[in-house]
Amino acid sequence: MSASLAAPPRRRLRLSWSDARLRGLVWQVLILGAVALLIWYLARTTAHNLATRHIATGFAFLDHAAPIPIGETLIDYTPSVSSYGRALLIGVLNTLKISIVGCLLATVLGTLIGIGRLAPNWLLARLCGAYVEGLRDIPLLLQLLFWYGLMQTLPAPRRALHPLAGVFLSNRGLRVPALAWRPGDGWVLAAFGIALLGAFLWARHAARRRDATGRGLPLWPAALLVLGLPAMVAIALGAVPGLDRPALHGFNFQGGLLISPEYAALLIGLVVYAASYIAEIVRSGILSVSTGQWEAAQALGLRRGAVLRLVVLPQALRVVVPPMTSQYLNLVKNSSLAVAIGYQDIVSIANTTLNQTGQAIEGIALIMAVYLTISLSISLFMNWYNVRIALVER
Amino acid sequence: MSEPAILMEHVQKWFGQMHVLRDISLSVETGERVVVCGPSGSGKSTMIRCINRLEEHQKGRIVVDGTELTSDVRALDTIRREVGMVFQSFNLFPHLTILQNCTLAPIRVRRMPKREAEELAMEYLRRVKIPEQAAKYPGQLSGGQQQRVAIARALCMQPKIMLFDEPTSALDPEMIKEVLDTMIGLAETGMTMVCVTHEMGFARQVANRVVFMDRGEVVESGPPAEIFANPATDRLRLFLSQILRGH
Repeated sequence: MSASLAAPPRRRLRLSWSDARLRGLVWQVLILGAVALLIWYLARTTAHNLATRHIATGFAFLDHAAPIPIGETLIDYTPSVSSYGRALLIGVLNTLKISIVGCLLATVLGTLIGIGRLAPNWLLARLCGAYVEGLRDIPLLLQLLFWYGLMQTLPAPRRALHPLAGVFLSNRGLRVPALAWRPGDGWVLAAFGIALLGAFLWARHAARRRDATGRGLPLWPAALLVLGLPAMVAIALGAVPGLDRPALHGFNFQGGLLISPEYAALLIGLVVYAASYIAEIVRSGILSVSTGQWEAAQALGLRRGAVLRLVVLPQALRVVVPPMTSQYLNLVKNSSLAVAIGYQDIVSIANTTLNQTGQAIEGIALIMAVYLTISLSISLFMNWYNVRIALVER
Repeated sequence: MSEPAILMEHVQKWFGQMHVLRDISLSVETGERVVVCGPSGSGKSTMIRCINRLEEHQKGRIVVDGTELTSDVRALDTIRREVGMVFQSFNLFPHLTILQNCTLAPIRVRRMPKREAEELAMEYLRRVKIPEQAAKYPGQLSGGQQQRVAIARALCMQPKIMLFDEPTSALDPEMIKEVLDTMIGLAETGMTMVCVTHEMGFARQVANRVVFMDRGEVVESGPPAEIFANPATDRLRLFLSQILRGH
């Protein structure tokens, strides 16, 4: 016991070129020195060039009014009144809007196609195979231009496709009715929150019942609660929740919720492209699980779907997560191709900003900082998840 | 005796051009313990895997517990519920605890309440003498322990028939005994067992009948004492001399 408490003996550094530790140290010092020298040289040249061109550096421009017209904004924005900072923030939000939705949809689509490619059904497997081989071999930019071109072939707003009441599809995008906010809707929202809590408790109760008796409870009362309670509160307040329906005014629609053709084209392009890679990742993950696992589960009486869900996919996940992280990072970074089809993400708005203000270095630095932050967040989350699902061995 | 637990009639199977099962006819009565032996490549594993359709036979009939194996999914479900299987490479689910390995199928297939399934699992884990490992993961257990868990997992479905596909072949010598002891214990409960193994001591001790296969056909079968003492064919004589030399 006492022996284990003693500190390990400290080894003295031997001053000899044949000592591996000394060699390592020297190399590291040399490389660090070279990098520092390079950075110093670049900084000095930049400062010199900026001075000769009389360009002031700094982020003061962020407070200046930005005369950039922006098509889709998640927060309030008025050109020439709002600041560059706000415009850039809208760019960041637009990048996040495409990235988050894109990653989720690509995961779902990619997983389904990856599983489909391994299905015993010959036709389904071939179709999924053709999807993967076709889509991952065409450059993403080309696909984006294709989807955007397809959006442009839709009819003009006056002759918009009108599949359902209040839904309009035209070359200006997809308009659907949105819930209009009215005074008193706060209560409806609160009722919705309470209903969700109730539904959650019901689901937990049902799960416990299933554990105790083998038979679960139906889930429709929960669904009824979630839909019914807010509706009842709304009726009690005397107002049926208002719908903001889109309507044609002049050459375009007003009101409702808009999914712009740019966003739609970018989303479809990114999702469809990333899904082809994710499908292969999922397929390789499933194939990495030995056939013995399938056989053991089937011998116990589990059907194919249950084997996949309960035995194979949880194990495939370990193999799938690291390359999946790369795909998420790719999708986020590829969203900067938005520039090509006029979706105003951070790159697009920062580009306009640096053209208008001349603050190129700050603009590029901002873009890099934004992508670095998003990417590192994804990496951190996925690494945490990877550790969490790791198998216990010894 | 009413109908046999397992009935195979003129079963044939090919892997591509290779004829792996040639006209196998075999019946196993309820409570009977059959040991299948033979040189590697003789088709004994394929034969046993046909009984719960991990392999499909292409000709002939297989009737298990009164249900014929066809492409009918419900018939297959019925049979797989009643037939437990233990593999050479254990095939425990590494992402689940030992207890979860044992309760997965009873809960999902038999729709047993979780608590009841856990009690049942603990009972079988006690029977294979490792109840204290219930909360561990398969990777934390030795090979012998894993194989005993695999036996308990199969028993948790309360099958009428147990299939063993070389259960001790992947084990270190010192662990073979603990698994064989578990299997002997199981045999004493009157379980119907079909066991592919090279453990002739085990065959002698528990088998009612030894079936010797070679090149996809059943060459000889009979009570172990008889078949080991007086092999009728050269093929069995050669096989016995080879495996006995190793022991």
